[in-house]
Amino acid sequence: MLRLEARPEPSRAMVMLTPIIAVVATMIAGGILFAFLGNNPFTAIRIIFWDPLFNDMVASYTRPQLLVKAAPLILMAIGLSFGFRANVWNIGAEGQFIMGAVIGGGTALALYPLESPLVFPLIIIMGGLGGFLWAMIPAILKIRFNANEILVSLMLVYVAAQFLAAMVTGPMKSPVGMGFPVSRNFNEYQSAFNAELLSNTGLHFGVLVMMAVVVLGYIFLTRHIFGFQIRVSGQSARASKFAGVNPHTTVALCLGISGALAGLAGLFEVTGPAGKLSTNFPLGYGFTAIIVAFLGRLHPVGILLAGLLMALTYIGGELAQFQMSIPAAAIQVFQGMLLFFLLGVDILVNFRLRWDTKSKEAH
Amino acid sequence: MDLSSISPVTLIVSLMAASTPILLAALGELVVEKSGVLNLGVEGMMIIGAVCGFIAAVTTGSPWLGFLFGAICGAAVSMIFAVLTQYLMANQVASGLGLTMFGLGLAALLGHSYTGINPPSFSQIHIPVLSDLPVVGRIVFGHDPMIYFSLALTFGIWYFLTRTRGGLVLRAVGESHDAAHALGYKVIRIRMLAIAFGGACAGLGGAYLSLVRVPQWAEGMTAGAGWIALAIVVFASWKPGRAIIGAYLFGGVTVLQLNLQAAGLAISPAYLSMTPYLATIIVLVIMASDKKRQSLNAPASLGKTFFAST
Repeated sequence: MLRLEARPEPSRAMVMLTPIIAVVATMIAGGILFAFLGNNPFTAIRIIFWDPLFNDMVASYTRPQLLVKAAPLILMAIGLSFGFRANVWNIGAEGQFIMGAVIGGGTALALYPLESPLVFPLIIIMGGLGGFLWAMIPAILKIRFNANEILVSLMLVYVAAQFLAAMVTGPMKSPVGMGFPVSRNFNEYQSAFNAELLSNTGLHFGVLVMMAVVVLGYIFLTRHIFGFQIRVSGQSARASKFAGVNPHTTVALCLGISGALAGLAGLFEVTGPAGKLSTNFPLGYGFTAIIVAFLGRLHPVGILLAGLLMALTYIGGELAQFQMSIPAAAIQVFQGMLLFFLLGVDILVNFRLRWDTKSKEAH
Repeated sequence: MDLSSISPVTLIVSLMAASTPILLAALGELVVEKSGVLNLGVEGMMIIGAVCGFIAAVTTGSPWLGFLFGAICGAAVSMIFAVLTQYLMANQVASGLGLTMFGLGLAALLGHSYTGINPPSFSQIHIPVLSDLPVVGRIVFGHDPMIYFSLALTFGIWYFLTRTRGGLVLRAVGESHDAAHALGYKVIRIRMLAIAFGGACAGLGGAYLSLVRVPQWAEGMTAGAGWIALAIVVFASWKPGRAIIGAYLFGGVTVLQLNLQAAGLAISPAYLSMTPYLATIIVLVIMASDKKRQSLNAPASLGKTFFAST
């Protein structure tokens, strides 16, 4: 009979291998899903995973999109991964993303039409601050009252979405928007626009920040005392206390960092690719970032790769929607399945599969 | 603003209808958490129940079959979470989140061609004389059968958890799975059943949402109701009776803010729409700060993974 045997040490090979197994399993299950929807599964998988990168017909448009879509996901996922390692569950990155965009974007709208090289740095700071402060709400409530940060941060997503709606129908509504609930377009405001730095690469300022955060995240996690502290807190709350870790500081740092990074992601998104604040602005990146964090094994380098892969499914999903009229929701299902398979095969890291019990007597 | 347009009786009647989906989902999750499992996928199971119940009711023309199918589908998707966490020992928080994201996507996919359709009507019961009484008649005797069912279910769960052997075993598993295992109880099997029950309740709540409360199918229509149900379990300190108070409180806030929006209160409706979520946060804070009560009632093994080493 098949049974599980605990490994003495987590398998390092499996840590690397399981995400790949999960991706392959998702492709197979996704293919079955697409077949059920009446599409050729092989064509669908090719359109999602191959065409955006290598099909000359579309790649000139889709290749730059890869960085554009991956940047916010990676930025947020790295912030979240710190918390997830320490058992601090910030599920509200979506809300912090929105608040970063509203506060940072709102600052830009307030300064309009002032042209100055200081505008862009200022709104970046305000965006990060918006996300940071929004994440501080669950942090303070957790520290002071022991309120569950999962539920509080999640409730704040809905509050942030409503706040955005109030802003774009009220104070931030564009005076030239013909009454639609949208803000002024940022590409008409030179000082605040997050433009492409090299044309046709998708490389905007947020991508540079994302790359810096990957490097910094790696250093923090592996070389800095903070990285050690969050890893200890996650493995054993008691042990971490003996190691001199203040659990309150861990909560505040984990939520604060992930909030600030989500806020930055929101700011770069609204002033660049999205272009304006509107009720359609939140796209669920904050939730997808959770999948990216796990798929990347809560490690900055892994997250970089996972973010690119997830961006590919977004872009490929749009192509499939366009070419095969596969509904947008199918891609959401696809991403959900990826997380399921990943969590499922994760067991191979700490356990090995063994056939029958006779092998015990053999050695 | 015209406050006189808000009638207290109508308010209470619609409050009960608004609370019922959350109450059903919260009751299911309460049983799951009592068995020591934290399933954060309530939102996902609810929306699956909403879409499956809706499709079944529209196809067959019977809201009863809709409720049944919604509950079955809710339980079915909960099994993904159950297998991941119970057999593959995956992290419960991550698996629950995955279930929510997967459920929202799958529901949108399934319900694609069902938007804008009206489901078969599910009417209130009418008891001659009693239902016609002023005020009391509508508040006590004028609801649809599912509202009475949700109240009966609350009582049934209370009775099961506190007065039966099965309930005792379930609670034992939730308090200490190792001790329960040592006594010979099948920890995993009991938890699988609890998770399935929780899924069925969430699915039923979702079906109520799409068949009675709204009544239509729209993408993402649960709008956080599943998460509020999770908060209500904390609010109720894992006691079924208190879940009613919690659910009705949130139903009350929801209905009141909707009425104020309709009455034309002079602030942006977006601010009013925030209130149920803000109320949830406030309640969570109040309940959590009372540490003694929390530690007394929270199942000791909540969220911990069980692995039988022998």
